[in-house]
Amino acid sequence: MSLLELKNVTLKFGGLTAVNDVSFAVEKGEVFALVGPNGAGKSTIFNMISRFYTPYSGDILFEGKSILNKATHEIAGLGIARTFQNIELFEQASVLQNMLVGRYTHRRSNFLTEMLFTPFVRREEFAHREAVERAIDFLDLQPYREKMIAGLPYGVRKVVEMGRALAIEPKLLLLDEPASGLSVEETQDVAFWIEDIKKIMGITVLMVEHDMNLVSAVSDRVLALADGKTLAVGSPSEVQNDPAVIEAYLGSDDHEEAA
Amino acid sequence: MDLLQLLISGLANGCVYGLIGLGFVLIYKATESVNFAQGDMMMLGAFITLGLTNQSYVGLPFWLAVILAIVIMGILGYLLEVVFIRPMFGQSQIAVVILTIAIGFVARFVAGLIWGHEPQSLENPFVGKDVGFGGLVLGLDEVVIIGTTLALTGGLYLFFAYTRIGLAMQAASQNQLAAYYMGIPVKRIHSLVWALAGALAAIAGVLFASKGAIDPSTGLLGIKAFAAAIIGGFGSLPGALLGGLVVGLIEPLSSRYVAAGVSQIMPYLMLLLVLILRPHGLLSQVKAKKV
Repeated sequence: MSLLELKNVTLKFGGLTAVNDVSFAVEKGEVFALVGPNGAGKSTIFNMISRFYTPYSGDILFEGKSILNKATHEIAGLGIARTFQNIELFEQASVLQNMLVGRYTHRRSNFLTEMLFTPFVRREEFAHREAVERAIDFLDLQPYREKMIAGLPYGVRKVVEMGRALAIEPKLLLLDEPASGLSVEETQDVAFWIEDIKKIMGITVLMVEHDMNLVSAVSDRVLALADGKTLAVGSPSEVQNDPAVIEAYLGSDDHEEAA
Repeated sequence: MDLLQLLISGLANGCVYGLIGLGFVLIYKATESVNFAQGDMMMLGAFITLGLTNQSYVGLPFWLAVILAIVIMGILGYLLEVVFIRPMFGQSQIAVVILTIAIGFVARFVAGLIWGHEPQSLENPFVGKDVGFGGLVLGLDEVVIIGTTLALTGGLYLFFAYTRIGLAMQAASQNQLAAYYMGIPVKRIHSLVWALAGALAAIAGVLFASKGAIDPSTGLLGIKAFAAAIIGGFGSLPGALLGGLVVGLIEPLSSRYVAAGVSQIMPYLMLLLVLILRPHGLLSQVKAKKV
């Protein structure tokens, strides 16, 4: 059974078909990348998996069960975490606080036990802090632990968002353009982290990314999209050499002649 | 000594403004729209307590009536959100604002129907009693108001800093999208924020009514509290309280040192000054939106 499976998923916005009959499966333990030109439907697919949009037709299965009856806030509890292309952090909070919110679904305390601060709540707080500290160590965020998000540079915010998603301890991590806006060095760090997230943490990764170097370096399989349709699926080199993909990116000879 | 008593009574008034302001800011921070019925919710809370405890109505013990009123207003706040506000999700803020103004009108009308339009006094254990601190004689009602506000502020601080629900409210107010993907049920949190604002309004109403008579238009006090919250910084809970205290103090001081009629204008003059000099309020959480 695949960890995540999209079956003939179609999404229309009014008359525009943003995603057209797309099917693919992400296997447990792999890094799967979605690539394609702008407007190909990559982010739309992300937003359907994270239950922000509901498909017009088709089904999305996580661990063999449809998630289309789940509400947006129930996704984290299933074990799906995500980051955003335009970084969505809690601006008026510290790095540590942001990551601790990631533990929300794991909190088992209630209002009464919290008011009494029972030993159970105390133990739980320690466990959450430890989980967050593991993510902080993993991403080398120690110098920023107590810093307010609002004052942090872009690159750090990007990493904090990834850390917060890891604090959820998900089974599937959705990364929406993890390298966009990052320097070459920062992108290399992201590549190492994605490798380790897969190998050490055993988390399956589905990502949308434009940087083909990063995609080739870390992905086990790649799915290329254009105009909401699947062009090719396979290893990074297979997809990059696929004639349909080359045409979508560079245009066909006919077009060049016409121009 | 005279001045000190004036200050204390100003502080007591300010606490009531501050508590109504807290309700405004809570809802604004969570849902980014202003609940202009907040003052009328305070009035309803006061009247529900009055209706439950006054001998001419139900005649329950005072404290039982207060607790019931807090619970009833909490539930009412929750229901208002679920029934009226939630279906407006995605509409413009101004539509929600007008809806809350309408809710305020309805609240005033309903209160008038049930309890009449004549001013009435809440029978309470503080009225007319004094407490002496050294040579200083303070009204028990004022001491109770200030004490309750202090305790409530501390309680709210602990609630937001340490409880799961309080943290979820903070998270949802800072970034709804991110909150959803942390597993926070944002819609339910919004209802709970309204419930909290309703409960706070009930407490503010009881405190206000313990100082004097109330009638269905008492809720218009909310406008002054709204001004106070803006003076304090309309995105900040401590700011709402501070603004309330500032307005509460400036009223008696200006009528004493300037002229009696001026005290009604001063809060709004202050509001204009703050808007010109410090547009985000005294304690602002300035957040520049990225474009």
